[in-house]
Amino acid sequence: MTVQLWTYVIVGITFALYIGIAIMSRAGSTKEFYVANEGVSPLANGMATAADWMSAASFISMAGLISFMGYDGAVYLMGWTGGYVLLALLLAPYLRKFGQFTVPDFIGERYYSKTARLVAVFCALLVSFTYVAGQMRGVGVVFSRFLEVDITTGVIIGMFIVLFYAVLGGMKGITYTQVAQYCVLIFAFMVPAIFISIQFTGNPIPQLGFGSRGTDGVYLLEKLNGLSAELGFAEYTQGVKSRLDVFAITAALMVGTAGLPHVIIRFFTVKKVSDARKSAGLALLFIAILYTAAPAVAVFARTNLIATVSGQPYALMPQWFSNWETTGLLQFIDKNGDGLIQYTADALRNELTVDRDIMVLANPEIANLPEWVIALVAAGGLAAALSTAAGLLLVISSSVSHDLVKSVFKPNITDQQELVIARLSAVGAVCVAGYFGINPPGFVAAVVALAFGLAAASFFPAIMLGIFYKKMNKEGAVAGMVVGILLMLFYMLKFKFGLFDGGMEAVPGLQKEWWFGISPEGFGFVAMIVNFAVSLAINAFTPDPPDEVQEMVEYIRIPSGAGKPTH
Amino acid sequence: MKEQNYWKKNIQYVSMLLLIWFSVSYGAGILFKDSLDQIYIGGFPLGFWFAQQGSIYVFVVLIFVYVRLMNKLDKQFGYDTDGEENA
Repeated sequence: MTVQLWTYVIVGITFALYIGIAIMSRAGSTKEFYVANEGVSPLANGMATAADWMSAASFISMAGLISFMGYDGAVYLMGWTGGYVLLALLLAPYLRKFGQFTVPDFIGERYYSKTARLVAVFCALLVSFTYVAGQMRGVGVVFSRFLEVDITTGVIIGMFIVLFYAVLGGMKGITYTQVAQYCVLIFAFMVPAIFISIQFTGNPIPQLGFGSRGTDGVYLLEKLNGLSAELGFAEYTQGVKSRLDVFAITAALMVGTAGLPHVIIRFFTVKKVSDARKSAGLALLFIAILYTAAPAVAVFARTNLIATVSGQPYALMPQWFSNWETTGLLQFIDKNGDGLIQYTADALRNELTVDRDIMVLANPEIANLPEWVIALVAAGGLAAALSTAAGLLLVISSSVSHDLVKSVFKPNITDQQELVIARLSAVGAVCVAGYFGINPPGFVAAVVALAFGLAAASFFPAIMLGIFYKKMNKEGAVAGMVVGILLMLFYMLKFKFGLFDGGMEAVPGLQKEWWFGISPEGFGFVAMIVNFAVSLAINAFTPDPPDEVQEMVEYIRIPSGAGKPTH
Repeated sequence: MKEQNYWKKNIQYVSMLLLIWFSVSYGAGILFKDSLDQIYIGGFPLGFWFAQQGSIYVFVVLIFVYVRLMNKLDKQFGYDTDGEENA
């Protein structure tokens, strides 16, 4: 069987599976639609959270990014896992005890104000749309390369699948499809990783493999350091970012992770507080399997790429090379006309441009793995992108139907009417996401990274203070969120999009002007500190929250009785 | 009073665990990376290993330690029995 046939078969089977699950788990009430009736087991929630969390960025882009960043790639590895510690210890149990449907629910009730809720809705929508754009582009990339349909068709197929199970089943359908998607994606990521690790080092565990000796008896990392230096790149284990920037980006990603609405709402779906804690641990365990293998894949892929292409004649390149050339993600320009591929850090002499996104997708081909493994990777990439997209779409639709329509504009609608609105807004959200997928904004991971800055700058401080500081009032929290998110938006538009200095071309030149030398990706950390500072300062000059709110804070701190209504 | 004691103990646990969280990631993986890199385990410079492997393992362990500690604490204070079914 050819790769393409295998891909049709494997992707077809997984899609049929997702649709089957969706039909079996249709939602009949808003409680089912928003929080899967609070009946999800910790194990299932752990797997669903892992799939919800691991997006096209984790599956497709991350290992590729790391392979070009070396040590600096640690910002993603630590940032996107360490946030779960914050989530488990500081937020999840209390939010579960609070026991409502959405993050703006908590902000709105805790800060006893519609303004607070509206600000939270705005932040949730901004974060989720930024994030979902990256997912749809991931779907498009996979479809265009593996199923050889154009990106637009690919995105539309993806939209229909997500639409089907998100609209039909809401959180209930999403949860159980995510469990299946986790199994698909982790299998699809680990199989090639293990194969390649054996090829390179004889060690079947990639996590250990990349620290062992290669077939030539030299430690792999040492060899890669040497190769990188020869071609003029920084040593792989050193990286080029300043330590301060690495610190800030890691912190922004960690705090952002803990503040992402689509991750937080997963913890509303379990039965009790202790289940919320446990499923956070299980989620991180499931995530860690991929996250500890990704840096190994990065090292293998990088070494493999350099060995295969560097200084080699273009005419002798294997089949995968031209496959990826046709997608435009791999480009070779023979500048000096010698027919050899010069791959160096020197931009003037370098003849090869590699899109970071293809490293994971092309890796099985580069390593000559069997056809079915290549097809499996395509199915895994789709599972990762679709599962995250579905989680985000739920946040978007519940923000509209529950937080805007039900809570603010039309409080009198019935449960069934709210459910219809929830489904309609899911349809609307899918269409917007699809638009972004067809007209994609830049690198998947780079765009996604900014969503974390926004989440760190807005939600994390408001939620944390809401739980740990009983006297935190609405004036402080609202001011903190508004200042935090606006500051982050400003920094992002100025330094990432060059909006105030003449557009994208100005961006590289602005790097010298970064505040404290911190990149836009890491600025969420600064904006978060500003949010905390503003919240506490305003809080000091404005009245304490009412007694019943303070009692509610005491109530959510005690884990028992999570089934009871809050008020 | 009981609530306050429970909360105090909880804060103690959380602070202790977050201290470890900070030291493995920001400490060993970033701030002290260069000095730790002088030490090798297999082919890994130690600081690099903490940044790309070790800290993640510790994170997982930390959450499970937290789960255990809190489950014990809940039991001790009698907060573990009153679940969904009694509501």
